Amino acid sequence: MTDSAPHIEVMRSQLGRARGLGAGGSGTAHWWAERVSAASLLPLSTWFIVQMFRLGGADHAAVVKWGGKPVNATMLTALIITTFYHAQLGLQVIVDDYVHGKAHLPTRILVKLFTSLLGLLGVVAVIKFVAAGNRRS
Amino acid sequence: MQDIRKALYVGTRSDGRLIERPMSPHLQIYRYRLSMVLSISNRLTGVAATGGAALGVFWLAAAAKGPKAFATARKVTGNPVGQLLLVGWLASVVYHTVGGIRHLIWDSGKRYDKEQLNKDGPVAVGVTAGVSTVLAAGLLGVAAKRARALAKAGKAS
Repeated sequence: MTDSAPHIEVMRSQLGRARGLGAGGSGTAHWWAERVSAASLLPLSTWFIVQMFRLGGADHAAVVKWGGKPVNATMLTALIITTFYHAQLGLQVIVDDYVHGKAHLPTRILVKLFTSLLGLLGVVAVIKFVAAGNRRS
Repeated sequence: MQDIRKALYVGTRSDGRLIERPMSPHLQIYRYRLSMVLSISNRLTGVAATGGAALGVFWLAAAAKGPKAFATARKVTGNPVGQLLLVGWLASVVYHTVGGIRHLIWDSGKRYDKEQLNKDGPVAVGVTAGVSTVLAAGLLGVAAKRARALAKAGKAS
C-alpha cells in the first residue's frame, strides 16, 4: 500500500468526527457584515462616481481642495473604510475556500494586513487634504 | 486527519478494500451554463475591484504627497494602459454591484427559481455592459476635456 492509497487514520469513523459539530459559530456575523457593507457601498460608490465626473482630469490643487471639504472628506473616508472592510470579508471567504492546511492562517492574516494598510493609507491621505484646507483658510 | 472534509472521501468497496470516493466533478465535466460564469465572475470582479480600489488609494496618496507625485499619477491615468485599467476597474465595480444586488434579492428569497435565474442572467450581462460603457465613455471624455483645457491654460501640474 503506497502513501497515496486511501486509508483511515483514526479508529473512530471520520464521518462521526465531522458530524454533530454544528455550525462554525461566527458565520452569521460574517454574512451580515458582508451584506450591510455591500448595501452601504451602493450610495457611497455612486457618490464617488458622480464626484469623478466633477474631478476627472483635474490638476493637483483642485484634487486637494476637493478632498479637504468636510462633506467630501467624510464621504471619502466612509467609502474607503467600507470598501476595504468589505474587500477583507470577501477575500477572507476566497482564502477559506481555496487555501488549506498550514498556509491558511498566514494567508488570512496577510489579507487582513494588506486590506487594513491600504484603507489606512487612504484615510491618511484624506487627513492630509483636510490639513491642507486648514492651512489655506 | 488535516481536513475534516476528507471524512467523506474514503469509502469501502464490496470486497472490503478502501477506495477514494469520487469528488464532485469540475469545470471540464460540467456543461457550460451562463449562471456558473456569472457566479465565478462575481468573485473575480470582487478581487479586481479590490485591486482597483488599491490603485485609487495610491492616486489619493499621490495627491496627498504633493504636486510632483500627482503629476506622475496623472501620467498613469492619462496613458492608454492606465485608462484600460481604469475601465477594467469600473466594469468590475459595475458587474460586482449588479451581482451584489442580485445576491441581496436572492437573500430576500426572491428570483431564486431556475427559470428566473436563467432569465435574469442575460439581463445582468446587458445592464453591466450598458452602464459600464456609458460611464466609461462619459468619465474618460470629461477627464480628457478637462485635462486638455488645463493644458491649454498652460498650467497643468
